[in-house]
Amino acid sequence: MLAYLIRRLGAVIVMLLVVILTTFFIFYVLPKWSGQDIAVLFAGKNSGAEQLEGIRQKLGLSDPLLVQFWEFVKGIPLGRDYGSGDDVTHCGAPCLGYSFRTELPVWETVKDALPVTLALAGGAAVLWLIGGVTVGVVSALKRGSFWDRGAMITALGGVSMPIFFTGMIAMGVFVHSLGWISMDDSLTTKDSIGTWVETMILPWIVLAFLQAAMYARLTRATMLEVLGEDYIRTARAKGVTEPVVIRRHALRSTMTPILTVFGLDLGILIGGAILTETTFNLPGLGQEAVKAIQGKDLPMILGVTLCTALAIALANLVVDLMYAVIDPRVRLG
Amino acid sequence: MTAPMHDTPTDTAKAVPGEAAGGSGATKVEGRSLKQIAWNRLKQDKVALAGGIVVVLLVVVSVFAPVIVGLLGHPPNVGDLDTLEDLTNLPKGVLGGISGDHLFGVEPNTGRDVFSRIVYGARISMLVAVLAALVAVVLGTLFGIVAGYFGGWVDAVISRAMDVLLSFPQLLFIIALVSVLPDDLFGLSGSGVRIVTLIMVIGLFGWPYIGRIVRGQTLSLREREYVEAARSLGGGRRHILFRELLPNLVAPITVYTTLMIPTNILTEAALSFLGVGVRPPTASWGGMLRDALQVYEHDPMFMVFPGLAIFVTVLAFNLFGDGLRDALDPKGTR
Repeated sequence: MLAYLIRRLGAVIVMLLVVILTTFFIFYVLPKWSGQDIAVLFAGKNSGAEQLEGIRQKLGLSDPLLVQFWEFVKGIPLGRDYGSGDDVTHCGAPCLGYSFRTELPVWETVKDALPVTLALAGGAAVLWLIGGVTVGVVSALKRGSFWDRGAMITALGGVSMPIFFTGMIAMGVFVHSLGWISMDDSLTTKDSIGTWVETMILPWIVLAFLQAAMYARLTRATMLEVLGEDYIRTARAKGVTEPVVIRRHALRSTMTPILTVFGLDLGILIGGAILTETTFNLPGLGQEAVKAIQGKDLPMILGVTLCTALAIALANLVVDLMYAVIDPRVRLG
Repeated sequence: MTAPMHDTPTDTAKAVPGEAAGGSGATKVEGRSLKQIAWNRLKQDKVALAGGIVVVLLVVVSVFAPVIVGLLGHPPNVGDLDTLEDLTNLPKGVLGGISGDHLFGVEPNTGRDVFSRIVYGARISMLVAVLAALVAVVLGTLFGIVAGYFGGWVDAVISRAMDVLLSFPQLLFIIALVSVLPDDLFGLSGSGVRIVTLIMVIGLFGWPYIGRIVRGQTLSLREREYVEAARSLGGGRRHILFRELLPNLVAPITVYTTLMIPTNILTEAALSFLGVGVRPPTASWGGMLRDALQVYEHDPMFMVFPGLAIFVTVLAFNLFGDGLRDALDPKGTR
């Protein structure tokens, strides 16, 4: 178990290095290739020559690329000093640079926005897994019924609906017309759980709905296949009651492919969370990313991208561990 | 597959295999190619056909957008402030200003015709989605076939690259890429460059989906006898890859391209919604929803049409793609 964990963490670190390399490439190398001045990109078009030179000095943009990359990577676990001589700005670990818009360390902003995105994505994921699997199982058991067909049509509709459209409809109906829900645009960790749940309930449902529909289809197909297996017949023949057959025997093997797909869909989940945050005006990472793009705040975009990739890598690790819980054939180690 | 006219007995099409096996010799079984079988199956799938018809309609609308809009006489980027209320800048009349003149109403604040913008938006959506799918197909097929055929470290490198790309938060990386790319590229400028950027970037992140499927198929196909035969006859690598293997991969590639287009439409809409897609004033469905987000409390009709346009288009492609997959699947029972 421990050896497995260490090996998997190693894989996560490799994945992160790839992500860091990619983001570094996107923000530091690609602009150079397309003939842009990175200092201009970082400081904005209206900066004077002197200011630009200062930025180049401070960010070490004249150093060889490898040196720049090393400084960038080293700054994440160890912190980093920008500039030299009298003009030194220390950026504490984990150093992701400074925002050009707010002039705050990127990590500070990310730290505040992260709980919102995690709550949104996590809650939606739970909802979509439970909702999707439940509907899928019921559909499989009542195959061909009205319920089954209704669920499958909804599933096709669900995957074809853009999140920002369903989000606007949901908000228009429940917040503005009916007034059942009031949403708090400035969520912080100091707010009560009640406020969080009330603000998050619509985004959760909207974000989960699309994917739940997909998972319902997948669960239904897998479940039907599993129910045809010999060991299910054996279990029934042994006199195991039907609910136990479904829960203990069938559902367990059904969950393995579902989890595989879920691991792959984490990227989609985060993408969906960005769109959901923008639609519902929630103060999460997605909102920060969009604001950063509008202000051409490159360090911020970079920081958000990195943190999100880390979250996905870690979530993937959790998914892998869950395999072992569900499928006893998977031996960790 | 073309039978000489003179020995075609009457009514061969209705020949029943059982009778032919009976050995009367008068009737014979008509050979059908995979294409014919698939087409026959597809013809019976009403839902998929409906999807296909909508897709064809959309293509026609996109191609003839200037003609259609010209007929009604409201250019997409020219607003008519007379259609708006003076104080609120919301459309006059009910339901967002729908009238015989403005079929889908007018835009709040600008007074531009929503129908014209939806029609031109279809153009952008289709252009970006289809071309991005093509980029993805070319890259995916090339890398997939090479990985599957050569195996070893080539496969390991390509497969890992695909895994990493697939587990990336794609939307975020696309946003990041679009935000650093310059405003003039490939000798283009203005909204043209954004469109090219979108196509390249969406295609670049889309190829692993095709790549995986092509790789998997190639893995099983390369062990087939006909590949062995081609090799023993002295066929070179390029010949085997592109003359022997590729034709057998056409069916899955077609299916997954069709299923990729709706995803691309959603991605393009999402990017325009977030403000990193097609630049205003060029009309795009996502961009219209972005504008609608500001005003939908007061003018809910304005969000309905772009939202429905995306929904209908994506649904049509999905239905058609699903039908195509069922039709081309040799294991299918239909």
